[in-house]
Amino acid sequence: MDLITPGFGLVFWSLITFFFLLVILKKFAWKPILGAIDERENGIKNALEAADKARMEMENLKADNERILNEARAEREAMMKEAREIKNKMVSDAKEEAQEQANKMIAQAQEAIANEKRSAMAELKNHVASLSIEIAEKVVREELSNKGKQLELVESMLSDAKLN
Amino acid sequence: MTLNTLRAVLFLVFSVAVSNFGFAVQDNDDQDKEFNAKEMIMHHVKDGHEFHIVDWNNEPITIPLPIILFTDNGLTTFMSSAFHHDDSGVNIVEKNGERFVKYHEKIYQLNAGVDALAFDDEHHPTNAVLPLDFSITKNVFMMWVSVLVLLLIFISSARKYKKSNRFVPSGIASFMEPLVIFIRDEVAIPMIGEHKYRKYMPFLLSVFFFIWINNIFGLIPILNGANVSGNIAFTLSLALFTFVITLFSGNKNYWKHIFWMPGVPVPMKIFLMPIEIIGMFVKPFSLTIRLFANITAGHIIILSLMSLVFIFKSEFIAPVSVGFSLFIMIIEIVVVAIQAYIFTVLSALYIGTATAEDNH
Repeated sequence: MDLITPGFGLVFWSLITFFFLLVILKKFAWKPILGAIDERENGIKNALEAADKARMEMENLKADNERILNEARAEREAMMKEAREIKNKMVSDAKEEAQEQANKMIAQAQEAIANEKRSAMAELKNHVASLSIEIAEKVVREELSNKGKQLELVESMLSDAKLN
Repeated sequence: MTLNTLRAVLFLVFSVAVSNFGFAVQDNDDQDKEFNAKEMIMHHVKDGHEFHIVDWNNEPITIPLPIILFTDNGLTTFMSSAFHHDDSGVNIVEKNGERFVKYHEKIYQLNAGVDALAFDDEHHPTNAVLPLDFSITKNVFMMWVSVLVLLLIFISSARKYKKSNRFVPSGIASFMEPLVIFIRDEVAIPMIGEHKYRKYMPFLLSVFFFIWINNIFGLIPILNGANVSGNIAFTLSLALFTFVITLFSGNKNYWKHIFWMPGVPVPMKIFLMPIEIIGMFVKPFSLTIRLFANITAGHIIILSLMSLVFIFKSEFIAPVSVGFSLFIMIIEIVVVAIQAYIFTVLSALYIGTATAEDNH
């Protein structure tokens, strides 16, 4: 039957037509279209990758910042602690020194007072002694002005001496 | 009166509608000529030497097409209008001393000294020979129209990409791109593989769109339903392309599987070899028959349904006819796309098996 017998002419024209269609479309249509699609898909892929990378970098940066901030905070804490310690130490040192100084001063003062007291006492003693001697001189002078009294004294002295 | 008017109007409308489908409805005054559905359908689904558009006032309006013949004396060309729409072998065209007649869409060269075709019992002419016929038939003509349309669509699509600097499709390109990507992602890559598909993309895309557009053109009534993709010569040619591409891209592994199947005992190898060789040819043959049969069957169904009006000679059957044709037509719209897809998928599959690496 005609229907299922391929006509020679149509086979010929079909082969030629399709061959040229293939060649022309390949060069002028499929190559640019597929190229553009590929290019675009690569572009999208690259852009997504770049975005991912940027996000990761951002996260790294953020983590870094966080770390640096924490470090700084810790350092500040440490510095403040140290400063507080130094302050405390300085205060206590100063207190100690002041106490010492005060004690020393008190001791010196006490010593000075004692010395003064001692010298005052010595002076007083000397004064009292000279006064007593003067008085005694005057008394003796008075006593010895008559002979009887002189003898009496010698005798009493001699009696005292015997006792010794 | 109203009923008669209605009848007349209905008949007129459907006469025009059906004649658009590609056959000459004889005028309804012409009662002596019986309507022959088989003849009409065959006239439609087969190739023809002139492009018949419509009958007007009992005169066919056609586009004459060039007839190119290779006879014993060489090339002979003339326009199909020289036959004056005759298809019964009566009208003789004389050219370069050779005489031709057209009988059932075949051009015969009359033997010397013969003035009319003589037939044997099976209506085969006995006193004429068939020269090699390279005529631009209506199928060739429609094929070229479809090629022009394809070139227009895809070259202008390609231009759209060049214009946009970020490769963003616009206009027609944005409509065609999903189809191109579909062929790439659903056909080429799964069937051929990620690494080798690029080489075969132009063929797969071309064959898919070429078949599809010809299928669609076959469904458009006013194009006189030139049944290009429902012609076995056309489907055979495309299948030949697949066959040749498969043969040339076959690797060592492919040929080993055909001639000396690995992994089976020797008697089995010998047994499998002829089967595999037959298989090589069956594949393109199945492609040929599948597309031809599907598309031709669709055309025959629609035309048969339309013929019912004229077989029953009643316009009241027309709504039924039209309803069913519409239904089949809608199915056909899906079928033509699916058939183009199937042809492409199977071509890709055959190429894929020919290029597959040994992975046992």
